[in-house]
Amino acid sequence: MYVELKNINKSFGDYKASDNVSFSIEKGKLIGLLGPSGSGKTTILRILAGLEKQDSGDVYINGELVNNQPSSKREIGFVFQNYGLFPYMTVYDNIAYGLKVQKKNKDFIKTRVTELLNLVGLPGLDGRYPSQLSGGQKQRIAFARALAPNPQLLLLDEPFAAIDAKVRQELRSWLREMISKIGITSIFVTHDQEEAIEVADEIVITNLGRIEQMGSPVEIYKNPQTAFVARFIGNSTIIENYSRLKGFAEVARKDKAVIRPEFVKVFQYGTQEQYTSVLEEGIVINSIFRGNFIELEVDVQGIFIKALWALDEEIIKAGDKVQLLITKLYVFDDKGTYRLINKGLDTSSIFYI
Amino acid sequence: MAVKIKKNDVKLSGFFKRIIKHGLFSWVLLMAIWQVGSLSYSDYFLPGPLSVLKGFKQLVENGVLWTDIVVSVERAGRGWFTGIIMAVPLGLLIGHFDKVRWLVEPVLNYFRFVPVLALTSLFLMWFGVLEGSKTALIAYATFFPMLINTIAGVASTDKTLVEAAQCMGASKFKVFFTVIVPSAVPSIFTGIRLGLSGSILCVVAAEMLVSNNGLGYLVYSSRLYYRTNWMFVGIITLGLLGFVADRLISYTGKRLLKQFGVK
Repeated sequence: MYVELKNINKSFGDYKASDNVSFSIEKGKLIGLLGPSGSGKTTILRILAGLEKQDSGDVYINGELVNNQPSSKREIGFVFQNYGLFPYMTVYDNIAYGLKVQKKNKDFIKTRVTELLNLVGLPGLDGRYPSQLSGGQKQRIAFARALAPNPQLLLLDEPFAAIDAKVRQELRSWLREMISKIGITSIFVTHDQEEAIEVADEIVITNLGRIEQMGSPVEIYKNPQTAFVARFIGNSTIIENYSRLKGFAEVARKDKAVIRPEFVKVFQYGTQEQYTSVLEEGIVINSIFRGNFIELEVDVQGIFIKALWALDEEIIKAGDKVQLLITKLYVFDDKGTYRLINKGLDTSSIFYI
Repeated sequence: MAVKIKKNDVKLSGFFKRIIKHGLFSWVLLMAIWQVGSLSYSDYFLPGPLSVLKGFKQLVENGVLWTDIVVSVERAGRGWFTGIIMAVPLGLLIGHFDKVRWLVEPVLNYFRFVPVLALTSLFLMWFGVLEGSKTALIAYATFFPMLINTIAGVASTDKTLVEAAQCMGASKFKVFFTVIVPSAVPSIFTGIRLGLSGSILCVVAAEMLVSNNGLGYLVYSSRLYYRTNWMFVGIITLGLLGFVADRLISYTGKRLLKQFGVK
């Protein structure tokens, strides 16, 4: 394993930012640390960088124990949320900073800076000051600066959080492309699941200082292992008394379930002839236009269920009566999450994950 | 046609506005009030602008004014410069190294409140009646505003910049000179500017107390010769000197230190 954290603990006063954190990363992978704010993801990144010292536990980078190495010796590139560009230096000097520290000769520095400016798609901006750049440009320069000294690990702390939505979208795919082109092992922190899913090879989900689950985006989406992950990932709603729904019998001691819009099929009343034994009837309470689809909120015996409705079909309005087919639920307790398939669809209804 | 006239009106009022804004009108008004007011008093008690102009001409012709300006500027400059040399490096150290701060700050916090004029006799004894004591007084007076601003500048350094430099392999030494010092520049500059006005303030006091030349001496001694208009010349010159010096340094700062965020 290229990067390894073993039993990392870190507290800030009463606040436990890292609670026995262990995970490892293969060389060349792009990892997303995903979690709500205050879940300890940035702390993990900062401990890796040596900007924060863990109370206990070991950090290995490239097989080497780096616990007692200061940041300046760890050979990492760090991209900060607010760029962290030196405002009093030109773009050129910013990118050249790490190379000057390494005492590279002038010609080498010039070649490398030019090469990096081309790589990030901003050639010719070398004479500008950071204040003369847009947010997206600043982040690209920060990225180039972090890469200049040829680090063995690239860390990015919420790299797109300060950038407006449209540019953020562009930068995401740009970053993915860039990192796979260079092939550098990278870890980025985000609270935006869409960003993590889109950019990362693997996602590490953090909550309350602990690692909840690690895996590929699809795996995490399809097989959430903990109640937290089931709730956190996807457009999830929690329902109680799920056994009132047709086709779902209560699993012992698990009285709550997570439902996502994609688990629900909506039919206009009376148009569906299959699975009639497990069809639910409901009244649409809300019909929200979301740009390329409609999000419906349906009241089924007092349980509110979200569902999606394609725009090319006849529009469903609030107050309309509809029929729903709920294909599955994730039921959960403290120990884990179980996928429950509608009995009307499948005979072997419980999968233990 | 009508539109054209209106346009001219706008232009004209814009012209007047600019004159009023630049203070010309205020100055003319002040001079007029001064001149009228001075008519009811003796030239000894309140000389009018014309009398002051006459005094100015005399002092320029006999060379006294020029000599005094040079002497005072030299003194203020020397004291100010000495102050900078002591305050800025010390401020950087205090701001950056906690241990230096713990050691030095309590003492400094006391000495900040010792008025410079209280030290005059002591400094005269220690540094001599010639230039030494004046330089010391001015340096002392300018020291604290510059020191405190330098410390504040270091404290305001963006922590992210320090971390960024560390991650790129910079040593503590390198971080100090490439991050901490440049980040403190705007604040240091503010301190230096404050120090400059302080040095002019102090040079006058020093020259009034212990000197036989300089603008402060001119103002002080004119009373002895019943030449109140010379006193006015000295006062006005001092005001101008401070104004010009501040403008000059502010302009220089904007030109040379723009990339550090000096405005």
